[in-house]
Amino acid sequence: MFLTEEEKRMRDGSEGAAAGAAMDLLIRYGEALDAARLCDVRNVAGTMTQPSPVKAALVRQGGWDKAFAVINLDCDDDIEIPAMRVPTCQLQHGFGGDAAGVVPYPAENIALQAQAESFYGRRGVNILATCTPYQVGNIPVRGEHCAWMESSAVIYANSVLGARTNCEGTASAGAASLTGKIPCWGNHLDGNRHGTHLIDVRVPVDGFMEWGMLGYFAGGVAGEEHPVITGDIARPDLAELKHFGAAAATSGGVELYHIPGVTPEAPTPEAAFRGREAPPPVTYGPRERRAVYDTLNSQGTSAGVDFVLLGCPHASVDQVRRVAAELDGRRLSPGTELWLMVPRALKDVADRSGYTGVIERSGGRVLGDSCPAMSRAAPRGTRVFATDSAKQAHYLPAILGIEAWFGTLEDCVHAAVTGRWEGGLP
Amino acid sequence: MIKTTIVLRGRVVVPGACEGEALVSHEPISGWGGIDPARGVIIEPRHELNGACFTGKVLVFPSAKGSSGWSGFFQSARLLGTAPIGMIIARISTKSALGAVVTRVPAVTDLDADPCEAIATGDRVRIDNGTVEVRRP
Repeated sequence: MFLTEEEKRMRDGSEGAAAGAAMDLLIRYGEALDAARLCDVRNVAGTMTQPSPVKAALVRQGGWDKAFAVINLDCDDDIEIPAMRVPTCQLQHGFGGDAAGVVPYPAENIALQAQAESFYGRRGVNILATCTPYQVGNIPVRGEHCAWMESSAVIYANSVLGARTNCEGTASAGAASLTGKIPCWGNHLDGNRHGTHLIDVRVPVDGFMEWGMLGYFAGGVAGEEHPVITGDIARPDLAELKHFGAAAATSGGVELYHIPGVTPEAPTPEAAFRGREAPPPVTYGPRERRAVYDTLNSQGTSAGVDFVLLGCPHASVDQVRRVAAELDGRRLSPGTELWLMVPRALKDVADRSGYTGVIERSGGRVLGDSCPAMSRAAPRGTRVFATDSAKQAHYLPAILGIEAWFGTLEDCVHAAVTGRWEGGLP
Repeated sequence: MIKTTIVLRGRVVVPGACEGEALVSHEPISGWGGIDPARGVIIEPRHELNGACFTGKVLVFPSAKGSSGWSGFFQSARLLGTAPIGMIIARISTKSALGAVVTRVPAVTDLDADPCEAIATGDRVRIDNGTVEVRRP
């Protein structure tokens, strides 16, 4: 891989041992990808503060410097971690102190994360603590090269914002934050951003659930490539594209899609394919829609629902408002809990707007920072959960060994209030 | 006993050599939410290898899918002593490239035949940089 003189100097320690280790990792990673060179980034979204047993052991052994060196730089040397070289934010992580007594979650994790926030905050890491940095002020501009983790954020940044990022991992994002570099590979290159699959939608797609199901279908069709969506689709909003992308990144590994007339790099279907001939369309009709719904609901057999989870990816203020409106004046069924996950910065807005109060009076909870899948935590004794998120319906049964139901926000609130799943495909 | 030997050639992802038993997946593998690093086991419910242990094996798979936690979960497997000893990856991506780097095991991709078809679970596999030697007992 070609290195500039600056990059060679950095590798050799001109910017200190930590930046040297970071450059060493980027070189090993770039060569693993067969990248031609690195590119400059000044927008990194990674993970440093999330507690884990491995991290706790490293912190005991050598403090936070050691934990960052091993986990975020793949380096075994004892090095001191300086301030981040480029703007860096922390994505979603574990639960914070406000979840104590609500979420069955180890107190030592809350304490470890508080230490981590203090360590990384002093090194210039913005603790956004959300899987949706683009909802709380980190909105890359079109064409901006980024180094982001979190598959649902990566697909949003590439597709909806027209920014350029691969799906980075803990170590590559860590190395990017100390160097301002990332392999110039994959989505960073103009020639790799064209559509590869055409999905022709023949059933009306409108609303959060429908966009999530279409995303889950698109990921199954396109795998790691780039679906182009045309046909009977209503103009989507932020929340719908957020859900579509999260689902496509879950069922496949989609990091970039185009919706002609909606997403910025595809004013037309021809532009989506960048002048290449469009492949034969794959139809998404009533039968395909039914199959996706059945797949997402194939992990539920018991109608009794213990737990309702909303806000995956983290909810927008408007989603919080809708949940509050649906719950207003109602009470959750005894024995059923409802958690709504939001970015902490937006919880402040929800609090001021009175939405949190409405949800809490019904017995529900509005929680920041994390999610049950990240933190492997659900209400004690949960056997069956319901969600409006295709991503959580996919992952949580594996992670927690529980049954899942998938439906609309209204189906989920109904389950929370009655304790029973009565959702169905409209 | 007659042994068949085939040789595949590809591109080095992580340099090095290793030899061991192959564990072959025909479906992409998830890291986060797909493996348990504490036990070195695949845990995705509808996956063909659900319940299979990759510790000490050469993991052969078409591609990495799912969360960006992929590399971090395989790194945890290394730190907990449950990692595979090598990786043969049909189609590379950032997840699997970084995953192989931080698992610190020999890894190879872009082979001259589809490794998920050419290699079967239980085959004896030797990775030597870009060369993969497969012996079927």
